[in-house]
Amino acid sequence: MTANLNLLIGLAMGLNLLALGSNRLPSLIRTMSLQGVVLGVMPLLMEEFNWRVGLIAVATMAGKGLIIPTLLRRAMRAANIERELDPFIGFVPSLLLGAAGTIGAVALARALPLLPEHAGSLLVPGALASVLTGFILLIGRAKAIAQVCGYLILENGIYLFGLLLIHSTPLLVEAGVLLDLTVGVFVIGIIVDRIQRAFDSLDTRKLTVLRE
Amino acid sequence: MNVALEFVIRIAWWLLLAPLLPGIINRIKAWVAGRRGPPVFQLYYDLARLWQKNVVMSTLASPGFVAGPAVGWVALAGAVLLVPLGPLGTALSFRGDMLLMLYLLALARFCTTWAAMETGSAFEGMGAAREVSYAVLAETALVAAMLSLSVQTGSVTLTTMLAPTAGAGAVLLAAGLFTVLLAENCRVPFDDPNTHLELTMIHEAMVLDHSGPPLAVILHGASLKLLLFAVLLTEAVLPMGALSPFAATGALLLGVLTVTVCVGFVESFLARFAFRRVPLLLTTAVLLCVFALLVAWKGGAT
Repeated sequence: MTANLNLLIGLAMGLNLLALGSNRLPSLIRTMSLQGVVLGVMPLLMEEFNWRVGLIAVATMAGKGLIIPTLLRRAMRAANIERELDPFIGFVPSLLLGAAGTIGAVALARALPLLPEHAGSLLVPGALASVLTGFILLIGRAKAIAQVCGYLILENGIYLFGLLLIHSTPLLVEAGVLLDLTVGVFVIGIIVDRIQRAFDSLDTRKLTVLRE
Repeated sequence: MNVALEFVIRIAWWLLLAPLLPGIINRIKAWVAGRRGPPVFQLYYDLARLWQKNVVMSTLASPGFVAGPAVGWVALAGAVLLVPLGPLGTALSFRGDMLLMLYLLALARFCTTWAAMETGSAFEGMGAAREVSYAVLAETALVAAMLSLSVQTGSVTLTTMLAPTAGAGAVLLAAGLFTVLLAENCRVPFDDPNTHLELTMIHEAMVLDHSGPPLAVILHGASLKLLLFAVLLTEAVLPMGALSPFAATGALLLGVLTVTVCVGFVESFLARFAFRRVPLLLTTAVLLCVFALLVAWKGGAT
């Protein structure tokens, strides 16, 4: 049970590093959506099966694995941008940073005073590592869509933290978070299109100066 | 007498079997591409043909031009003698032989690059520079992989190190070592063994000026290295110690064959990477091996 869960979290951590190493937008989006699906399976492993858990799992998988990536791909196609990511932080340095962050997260989680039932699981280190990966992507990539992917991976980390409280979170909160996320990505898809039309580029470096 | 005979039989096995692997890889590639392809024993014919040819020596080259390949080949042959063959054990085993194996591999590489630079050709210097700069990362990954095996089994002897129980890090180690195998043997995502465009070659660019028996020795050494890495990968990942001797031998053979076929498929389905992408892949291999090391160190719980 815990072993299976840890395997999935390990997979998610591996996908974090893959996201840091991928140099094209489609592969970054694919990695992120795969991570969403992996996270969606987790509640099924953690809980006795009932309609509530099943609903959370299906909604998460559909939202993160299908709807959000589709929205992002559509935004990418509509904006008609080149697929190469140009990084502020190079791929090798960001990979090394991510790996150091993962190791640091594992070490930190050992030092934290966790509940006994969470001590053996990778939930907390996985959550910390995903949040760190999201930050690195947010800081280190110039394209707006890549930054959205970083934001979503960061959210995946927060979702992992949320799994610790799966017994006490009402369904409504989970559903609300997922809905917010989907609407957020929907809005970002529209904004990306607008940015592309106004500036002929999605490079966020060009959005730092105010003009008339 | 018996010991000497066993020794000779062992090394003969290694030396005779090694040129089969590139043949199998080429066969797989031809099969995927729908061609007939060269015979499996093509490298044996090539080696026999090269062995009968004369050597063309540059007037500039020092004796190192011939000595390099020779010493490199002897180093590789020494390295394969140290690698245990599953239940058959090894001809030579002592405490710390893993270090000797790593250094012999490094010596072989040094000798190839040294011989490559003997004629002063710019292409060969470029190939040598590339080979060495990739090796910086590939060797780090290999050392990390060896360390993780060593930590897992608490030993620095190859015979005990390579009989691990399949730990949690086995998958990481397999992925890392397979990437190292591809890089060290100049296989497709890193280098294309079939290419003959000097600007993009690595290993092939280093042997441009060699001919006759030295070239044969280099080619045979390369195939020996491929076999060595395939055996190493199989034994590092499969829990050989738990099987009966007969089954373990079968598993070893099957594992080496699987690795070879995998290399063939990788070569068929992947294009070689651009040079600036290569360090990223090698860094990934290093990280995989380092994570395997951490998993072995901190136990299965992490």
